[in-house]
Amino acid sequence: MVLAIKNNNITAQLISMNVIEFRNVDKWFGSFQALSDINLSVAQGDIVVICGPSGSGKSTLIRCVNGLEAFNSGHLSVFGHSPQDKKLKPGSIGMVFQHFHLFPHLTVLENLTLAPRRTLKMSQQQANQLALHYLDRVKIVDQANKYPVQLSGGQQQRVAIARSLCMQPQILLFDEPTSALDPEMINEVLDVMTSLAAEGMTMMCVTHEMGFAKQVADKVIFMDEGKIVESAPPQQLFDSPTHPRTQAFLEQILSY
Amino acid sequence: MLSKIVKPALSALMQILILMAGITWLLQSGAKAMDYQWQWQRVPDYIAFFEDGEWWPAELLEGLLVTLKISSLSLVATLLIGLTMALLRLSNSRVGQLLSRLYIELIRNTPLLVQIYLLYFIFGPMIGLDRFSTAVLALALFQGAYTAEIFRAGLNSIPAGQFEAAKSLGLTPFSSYKDVILPQVVQRTLPPLTNEVVSLIKNSSIVSVMAIFDLTTEGRNIVSETAMPFEIWFTVAAIYLLLTLSLSGLSAWMEHKLGAQWRSQ
Repeated sequence: MVLAIKNNNITAQLISMNVIEFRNVDKWFGSFQALSDINLSVAQGDIVVICGPSGSGKSTLIRCVNGLEAFNSGHLSVFGHSPQDKKLKPGSIGMVFQHFHLFPHLTVLENLTLAPRRTLKMSQQQANQLALHYLDRVKIVDQANKYPVQLSGGQQQRVAIARSLCMQPQILLFDEPTSALDPEMINEVLDVMTSLAAEGMTMMCVTHEMGFAKQVADKVIFMDEGKIVESAPPQQLFDSPTHPRTQAFLEQILSY
Repeated sequence: MLSKIVKPALSALMQILILMAGITWLLQSGAKAMDYQWQWQRVPDYIAFFEDGEWWPAELLEGLLVTLKISSLSLVATLLIGLTMALLRLSNSRVGQLLSRLYIELIRNTPLLVQIYLLYFIFGPMIGLDRFSTAVLALALFQGAYTAEIFRAGLNSIPAGQFEAAKSLGLTPFSSYKDVILPQVVQRTLPPLTNEVVSLIKNSSIVSVMAIFDLTTEGRNIVSETAMPFEIWFTVAAIYLLLTLSLSGLSAWMEHKLGAQWRSQ
């Protein structure tokens, strides 16, 4: 009985707990301050879109979450651990890059099965099944035996998303996933992202796709010079931004 | 259609024949002037001979086997040394970087022959190495320095995104290198690596100074016994050429095989 209550408490705690928590995080590249006093929390299932001019620290911010960048001061916890902590399940924070970064010497299928086989010790057959499931999910299962170079940009990005999904991540980070794509391929990638959001995936997306942000984001963050200038639900941020810097940025990107 | 293939082939054949005839005439007349007696018919006996119903390798073939043994053992050691030094050079460890730079600069800036003498007369006896191991070590240390630089260039040419993608997927550093980075490095560096293997085989002839019975040593011994330097040295050169040319061919085929599908559309 006592145990059951205790378990309930823990569950309640987990639900209310933020999966990502930045507290006063600073990051310097030499004498350039890339992140300045970042405070941000992301709850389970949240979709956070980060926008801002180039060099404002958007990518650096999400790269801190999966430990690709180290920060200099402050506190960052992901599922209650530091991003570099070995206790975090490998691959539990997936990342999708602007330039896909598929492994060019492996087929699409091998790109997907490599990490599950090496890290989760899956058999070839299990891993193939898993990979085909996610390739089907991103509607690209017929390209399984091709090499990345043989696919279009949009297809490559969908493969990259499927590759991350194979590690069953609890958080997905997107670093300008559509910026390197031809316009007609952007939607196929956004469709996949939207359906992931609908399934309750926790996501942080650096993107300038304002339509996507309006449709799925719980929170939009505007960054400039390493600082979070404004953070609000999409409707509020886009329709009535309070900060002049946000207003100027939105005017610029929405003027055409 | 046919003439398109036949004509250039015929013309090439003609050119080669004329060239060969020229060289042969030059050699013949030169040898004649020196009163040299050609004895090509004796050469096969030094490659292999038939006795008791079986073929046996003669001196040249035995020398070739020693050359192959030294070269292949040194090749394995060369690749290990090269890769280790390249990784040390690119590591975060200051000591590792220094060690690698020191090694590469020392080896690259001293002659191979001097290194062999140093190992043969001083370091080898000091650590109790036999002649054969000393030869393998000398070659591997020499070639390893150049190979390290090739691997370093290859590693530097891999985009950082490949490391980042591997890390994001939760691959261990070991698996990242083995499964993601090194296959790409090998494909990219295959042409310069082939150069290194070819030059390793050629440099193996220098170990003949430390009384290793490799192809070159055997050739020299035969010449001193038989007084037919022209035939023997031509044969020795041809054997080396056969070896290195088939290696280059193998490498070209491997390069095609490794990258044909994923490098280009």
